[in-house]
Amino acid sequence: MTKPKLATCSLAGCFGCHMSLLDIDERIVELVDLVDLDKSPFDDKKEFDGPVDIGLVEGGCANEHNVHVLKQFRQHCRILVSVGACAITGGIPAMRNMVGLRECLEEAYLRGPTVEDGGLIPNDEDLPLLLDRVYPSHEIVKIDYFLPGCPPSADAIWAALKALLSGEAPNLPYPLLKYE
Amino acid sequence: MSEPGALSFTITVDGVEVTATPGQTILEACDAAGVYIPRLCYHPDLEPAGHCRICTCKIDGRRSSACTMPAVRGMVVESETPELNADRRTLVEMLFVEGNHFCPACEKSGDCELQALGYLLGMTAPAFPYQWPQRELDASHPDVFIDRNRCVLCSRCIRASRDVDGKSVFGFDGRGIHMRLNVDGGRLGETALAAADKAAQVCPVGCIVIKRTGYQTPYGERTFDQAPIGSDIAAVGKGAKT
Repeated sequence: MTKPKLATCSLAGCFGCHMSLLDIDERIVELVDLVDLDKSPFDDKKEFDGPVDIGLVEGGCANEHNVHVLKQFRQHCRILVSVGACAITGGIPAMRNMVGLRECLEEAYLRGPTVEDGGLIPNDEDLPLLLDRVYPSHEIVKIDYFLPGCPPSADAIWAALKALLSGEAPNLPYPLLKYE
Repeated sequence: MSEPGALSFTITVDGVEVTATPGQTILEACDAAGVYIPRLCYHPDLEPAGHCRICTCKIDGRRSSACTMPAVRGMVVESETPELNADRRTLVEMLFVEGNHFCPACEKSGDCELQALGYLLGMTAPAFPYQWPQRELDASHPDVFIDRNRCVLCSRCIRASRDVDGKSVFGFDGRGIHMRLNVDGGRLGETALAAADKAAQVCPVGCIVIKRTGYQTPYGERTFDQAPIGSDIAAVGKGAKT
């Protein structure tokens, strides 16, 4: 029997949720027994080549590339989970949402204290276009489960993964449900 | 707390008999009996206001806020039902999206009653789109800071300042979704508010905070780290039964 496939991605996040997943310590050996890793920053697999059972999304959508990756994940993952405050609320990147994109860029690239010679707002075609604001994942695609925390603790991620692999909803016990 | 005397009577809350005395609200009677009803704007030292509707119960079949409804002999109250708790969670979710609540970057995390209600009611993510409103900060006071991004319009500070401190520093401005916490005269630094005032101590969220006191309690030892909100009240009930 083939093992379930797990994919992960980090959008507008800090990779803290991925670090927290690695923080499951020796249980990672058990995880390797339980799942096959598909597209993920862990194995650097660049593209999906088939359906995946569980997708973990870290980070919200701050630019069009984030949206592209998130839609790819929704397309290929049977179960998609928002992991962490950024995926669920937009998180720290979403603090720009009350300011406005133009003002943010001007403050950083034109009026910043280290700007010399007037500065320049980056506009290279290779840079993904920034969205008007940072969106939580569930405002872009359908998300099946939410795993809050900044980051969710290793125990919370492990408990959620074990539940999902057993075909159950990840209902976290009180000590593991945190928004920070 | 007065002992149940000759005037006391009973009401039924979720099938359990609760003793009440004349003048008590349903919430007060339940607190004294160790039956916790979720609430946000209620504070035991202040007059109830009925603003947040979290404590809404079915009282003799009709919905009303338990913090403002006087207990009457023989009342039948439903509180811990899936329907009422789903509505409570919806109210908490609405408060989360109507403000800008960044728990990871808030010094009230772990001690925040809104956050604790989210945990208690099982909110993992709000079901509504975030509003990202523009809210004002006020750092003009030497000891007290206001971050309206986190305000839930509970009116605790308004009631405390008016009724306990006798200063009426705070009030509401606007109506409906445009309602904001207003400071008498505009800036907090120009008011008579002191950090020791009741009004500066009762905020359930991180809107009114005392400067230079944040992050003093380590993670794991904060108010709601180990036990859900309401555990202290429920413990009264467990103690009474044994």
